[in-house]
Amino acid sequence: MTEQQMTGAEILLKALADQGVDVIFGYPGGAVLPIYDAIFQQNAIRHVLVRHEQGATHMAEGYARSTGKVGVVLVTSGPGATNAVTGLTDALMDSIPIVCLTGQVPTHLIGNDAFQEADTTGITRPCTKHNYLVKNIDDLARIVHEAFYVARSGRPGPVVIDLPKDILMGKGLYTNGKDARHKTYRPRTKGDPDKIAAAVELLASAKRPVFYTGGGVINSGPKATALLREFVKLTGYPITSTLMGLGAFSGVDPAFLGMLGMHGTYEANLAMAHCDVMFAVGARFDDRVTGKTDHFSKGSRKIHIDIDPSSINKNIPVEIGIVGDVASVLEDMLALWKGKRREPDRAALAKWWDQIGEWRKVDCLKFEQKGDLIKPQYAIQRLYELTKGMDAYITTEVGQHQMWAAQFYRFRDPNRWMTSGGLGTMGYGLPAAIGVQMAHPDSLVIDISGDASFLMNVQEMGTATQYRLPVKVFVLNNRYMGMVRQWQELLHGNRYSESYSDSQPDLVKLAESWGWVGLRCDKAGELDAIIARMIDTKKPVIVDVAVDPAENCFPMIPSGAAHYDMILGPGQKPKTVSDFGLTMV
Amino acid sequence: MSNANGGTERHAIGVLVDNEAGVLARVVGLFSGRGYNIESLTVAAVDNENNLSRITIVTTGTPMIIEQIKAQLSRLVPVHKVSDLTVEGPHLERELAMVKVVGHGERRVESLRTADIFRARVVDSTAESFVFEISGSTSKLDAFIDLMRNLGMVEVVRTGVVAMSRGRQGL
Repeated sequence: MTEQQMTGAEILLKALADQGVDVIFGYPGGAVLPIYDAIFQQNAIRHVLVRHEQGATHMAEGYARSTGKVGVVLVTSGPGATNAVTGLTDALMDSIPIVCLTGQVPTHLIGNDAFQEADTTGITRPCTKHNYLVKNIDDLARIVHEAFYVARSGRPGPVVIDLPKDILMGKGLYTNGKDARHKTYRPRTKGDPDKIAAAVELLASAKRPVFYTGGGVINSGPKATALLREFVKLTGYPITSTLMGLGAFSGVDPAFLGMLGMHGTYEANLAMAHCDVMFAVGARFDDRVTGKTDHFSKGSRKIHIDIDPSSINKNIPVEIGIVGDVASVLEDMLALWKGKRREPDRAALAKWWDQIGEWRKVDCLKFEQKGDLIKPQYAIQRLYELTKGMDAYITTEVGQHQMWAAQFYRFRDPNRWMTSGGLGTMGYGLPAAIGVQMAHPDSLVIDISGDASFLMNVQEMGTATQYRLPVKVFVLNNRYMGMVRQWQELLHGNRYSESYSDSQPDLVKLAESWGWVGLRCDKAGELDAIIARMIDTKKPVIVDVAVDPAENCFPMIPSGAAHYDMILGPGQKPKTVSDFGLTMV
Repeated sequence: MSNANGGTERHAIGVLVDNEAGVLARVVGLFSGRGYNIESLTVAAVDNENNLSRITIVTTGTPMIIEQIKAQLSRLVPVHKVSDLTVEGPHLERELAMVKVVGHGERRVESLRTADIFRARVVDSTAESFVFEISGSTSKLDAFIDLMRNLGMVEVVRTGVVAMSRGRQGL
């Protein structure tokens, strides 16, 4: 315990350093000037100057997701805080631990509609896991340590600390409480033994089992990933993953059925529809996964592990809901499975794998690359083939390119894939890549991007330039908001209302204007060479890949449809979509 | 899933929370943000030493929604304990109302007689008005207010339900 008089800003930085923070993503302004003054006078923590506060939040997310640590954001009051709201919501939806420090007008001005005042705790209450307004300097150190505890404990999420300027400039004592916990907030990590026993028996009795795993496995940490792999190997059961869970299990393992859900594989979705025992691990039965809920895997008995009790029985009723940390519960289940010498029903399992083999023969991700015109799937397939042995991290924006990346880039390891799953935030990928690159300066970090999404946080190119971060932006340029266009084609009679990207900048010149390298590729035959050049360039690079503008992302479960109503390819139109389906997003 | 698991049920839920700024907004925001019903909500500090407040929420929903409400409340950081009084054994519910009645002659006398039957107390009186204070179950208050409506009632205010389990067990 150290105790000495310090300013609020100094206390804040000391607390951050004690939390092991090495980098902050931020943007200065009037209310946070005392913090910037303190940052200027120390070396323990690096500050990355972003170009827009939303960028800072996604950088912190990329940093957090790729390291397993808490990401830190610093923004000023008013517009600084409101600009951070999208990133906070994104982190809440995808369970990413970040702590966002927001400046605030001095306490005596709060409520007076002061310059750059916003009710930050009010605005961010529904988009954070928790938030604080510091009203007394004596609470400051405790709140900072508590905020980190809350952000990373249980189901991780974003925490805001609102810091009035008079608190930052006042004097107080620092108490190191880096191991402090919240006085009552104690998420349950150990699963109920009776339910674990029941789950093991149910799993052992399965004839047509499937593992359905999600981002919770990755959030739980490397131990959870290792245990999951061991469990799948031990049982020989098939496994599918959500978008957020990709990499928890190896994408090249024969037991892996590919991603499930709206743009998941035929075999993954049909295995979910026809299984008799579903084992949901750190996944939350989100509507992209379930499709029409009352037709979702009606014949199966379901086991669900989740650290958040509110995820269990929220969308889909399950028979055995186990509240706990994935690693802890899997460890207990494995121990019990081995201890009781449980064996899978090999004969039934062989039949089940035969059935899955039939579904696999449909080859649902097939596409035809003919001639010069580049198919977007081909572009990602080549990117994967040319980078697969490397120390690579992939981020994405949101839309068709994101789904193709999820389908065609095969992740072998966790924490290598950063994407905006829950909120679907266009403009996520470039700043997320910058955050990843800050944490992994020598790795290859690629933002698989679309031409529309890329422009949403294009200003962050300047950040990459300033900090010499050699991120790569691989733009699948179809001159459309592709996913919007796809829905308009399939559901709105080809009326492409406002989905064409008119007046695009010249991406090569744009790259050059920021000191990046710009490459263009419009012939399939040149793709490999250009990807190789991108990889070899030690500077940030944009690769503008002109892809087939008419290509759609398949398979697709139309909104409001069931798993077995997939559209497999362009020849197939959706069955008449119900009015209910049309209201779904 | 609003149609899952049959019809809607009414539940009284007791919630023990840190008495800190914003905690009520978190609870109310949870209900409005997720589209849950609030029939009534009461809150007051109950333990100054430990800085705790107790909230009683009466809500309606399908069993699945009620489970969600409890799980969502439990994961708010300043929430210590959530207790579904409706399912956790017999419990008491009480509400308090003040009812202002203006009238002369027989109507005024009748209001006083009715108040007596309901064991309402007169807490304010002028030559032409009474304020009655009544406590009890929600249905008892409803019945009393219904009768007062024809006897010159001009104003009513109710606290909403407070609830507690019967027996020796505390929250």
